[in-house]
Amino acid sequence: MSKLKALTHRKLFLPIVSMILVMLINVIYDTATGSAPFSFFYITVKNGVLYGRLIDVLNRGSEIAILAIGMTIVVSASAGTDISVGSVMALYSAVCCVTLAGFGVTNTSTYARPLIVGILLGILVCVLCGAINGFFVAYLNIQPMVATLILWSAGRAIGLLLCNSQYVYIRVPSFRVIGGYIGFLPTPILVVAICITVMTLFLKFTALGTYVQSVGINKKAARIAGFNSARIIFLAYVICGLCAGLAGMVATSRIYSADTNNIGLNMELDAILSVALGGNSLAGGKFSLAGSLIGAYTIQAITTTMYALGVDPAQAPVFKAVVVLIIVVIQAQPVKDFFAARAARKAVKEAA
Amino acid sequence: MNKKRSVNVLLLITILLFVVMYMAGIVIYGSKGFTHFQTFLNILINNAGLICVTCGMTCVMLTGGIDISVGSLVAMDCMIIAVGVTRWMWPAWALILFILAVGVLFGLVQGFCIAYLEIQPFIITMAGMFFARGMTAVLDVHQISVTDETFTKLSSLKITLPFGGYTNPKGMYVAPFIRISVIIALIVVLLTGFMLRKTRFGRSLYAVGGNQVSATLMGLDVKKTQLRAYMLSSVLTSIGGFCYVLNTMCGTTTQAVGMEMSAISSAVIGGTLLTGGVGTIIGSVFGVLINGTISSLVKFNGHLLASWANIVTAFLLMLFIVLQAVFAKIREMQKK
Repeated sequence: MSKLKALTHRKLFLPIVSMILVMLINVIYDTATGSAPFSFFYITVKNGVLYGRLIDVLNRGSEIAILAIGMTIVVSASAGTDISVGSVMALYSAVCCVTLAGFGVTNTSTYARPLIVGILLGILVCVLCGAINGFFVAYLNIQPMVATLILWSAGRAIGLLLCNSQYVYIRVPSFRVIGGYIGFLPTPILVVAICITVMTLFLKFTALGTYVQSVGINKKAARIAGFNSARIIFLAYVICGLCAGLAGMVATSRIYSADTNNIGLNMELDAILSVALGGNSLAGGKFSLAGSLIGAYTIQAITTTMYALGVDPAQAPVFKAVVVLIIVVIQAQPVKDFFAARAARKAVKEAA
Repeated sequence: MNKKRSVNVLLLITILLFVVMYMAGIVIYGSKGFTHFQTFLNILINNAGLICVTCGMTCVMLTGGIDISVGSLVAMDCMIIAVGVTRWMWPAWALILFILAVGVLFGLVQGFCIAYLEIQPFIITMAGMFFARGMTAVLDVHQISVTDETFTKLSSLKITLPFGGYTNPKGMYVAPFIRISVIIALIVVLLTGFMLRKTRFGRSLYAVGGNQVSATLMGLDVKKTQLRAYMLSSVLTSIGGFCYVLNTMCGTTTQAVGMEMSAISSAVIGGTLLTGGVGTIIGSVFGVLINGTISSLVKFNGHLLASWANIVTAFLLMLFIVLQAVFAKIREMQKK
């Protein structure tokens, strides 16, 4: 019994169990429909690139994974979430594509400016968005969700304005590399790997991780202990903006166009969901990056599974909302207290 | 005392802003018919649903919470009515009662999670937002028109006013009119305004938002008050959904997207503090009117993209949030 308890209290218990659960559903579904029971895990090489549902989950889940990195830091530091990430992704797509195609051009097969200029400019704008959010939250003490609500609405609107409410297509092969393939490997997977490595090294060799956690656990105590709480929270939002930009980069390259209305739509829910599913408390404090990443891929696996089951994409939010609800209710302090009290009563009874 | 003064200043700024904007509209687009009384009434007609929703939002924000599920709930209400009349063949009154019941239940679940399970309002209502939006798609992914006779009659009912008309170029007198939804919205405004000022529940909303600890010490049931605030918000949103469907006469999954943003910005522009405890219904109504004026100015221009309205609203929201923060800082400094 105590061994089981020790297992369920491990930090990565929740994300790993939910991941296994999703895979199990896939196995059952495949068996029921008559295909090979483990076809979810098959990886083959077709047309010179890796192919399979697992690869698909890893590939398509890249945006969520990148967003989850930034969101984890923000949630940990400020006990709030950045709901503007989806809009900021759309803004990146608009800025990048308009820069590369030229203002007012909707379809191009040559760059108006070098590729790197477009990407850097887009990411710069996203970092700026993060800085705006961070300024509101850290220095003006506005609730994080309300502060980010401004860009949630304005980000996409400004993007639409830049594109004149139209799609902007960039039909240049080199533009599609980031969302496509390098050799046999889907590039988004590589991008995620780089992001994770950089972030892990950053957290390992600087004290940022410790700072963020201590600010999240108790802002006042951290300030008295000599940390500049406001600057750390500000930095967390800037990192989140950067991550939103990188996610936007992958998403834009994938469809080689600026579809400002749809890029990053509802992505903020997925990002927050991955953080929660990763066993991180949405009330801030300690965080586990690995948990968030497993959470992110679990969500992509859920989405892929739902599409395989024939659920309309518009209906998918129902299931995600229910999952969020269950997770936050389990995490809620009164619920924990209730079960702790029950366990204590039981122990007393057994002793008597 | 100080808190009250700075809030009055905010309300004054809001009213002034509305007057200035409207005047600007009259000066720039006067020749296109902005001067007609009907333009103002159209703002009311178009935003009747938003007024109801904002009243609910104000009550929730008074307790220091927030409810971002409102836009999706409006979409779900519209879809329930659309599917209800075309497929379930329910009579209109039953559907109206049903969406009110859905509102009560929705608010009950959200309020319970927020008040008694102590989960952040934003997380719960965001789950609610996606749940309602998804349920709209579960009911139907396509656009469905409301074809019921009662609804058509209610929707096309014109209530002409005895004053403020104008004579059109052909020499005919055009009387200004409002629709049934405006009357519903006005009743909602009057009732919530009365409730906030005169009833025990209304006063306890202010007390809970002002300071939870002192509210508890005063003997108020903080959790019950919060729960009721969210229920009230969802019910008023359902009423708003009814007003909304009278305008659009259809149900789609993309309806009322961003309405939560409009409602929150209206309340904030109208002087409701995000930290709770301060705000008035009349201010929120002016907030809605400012929002409505912005979008009708964009419409009257004809060349601007619709996203301009979003940007201006977001900018105003930012401005007022910063103003609130500045006032809070000044108060803090005065205390010292």
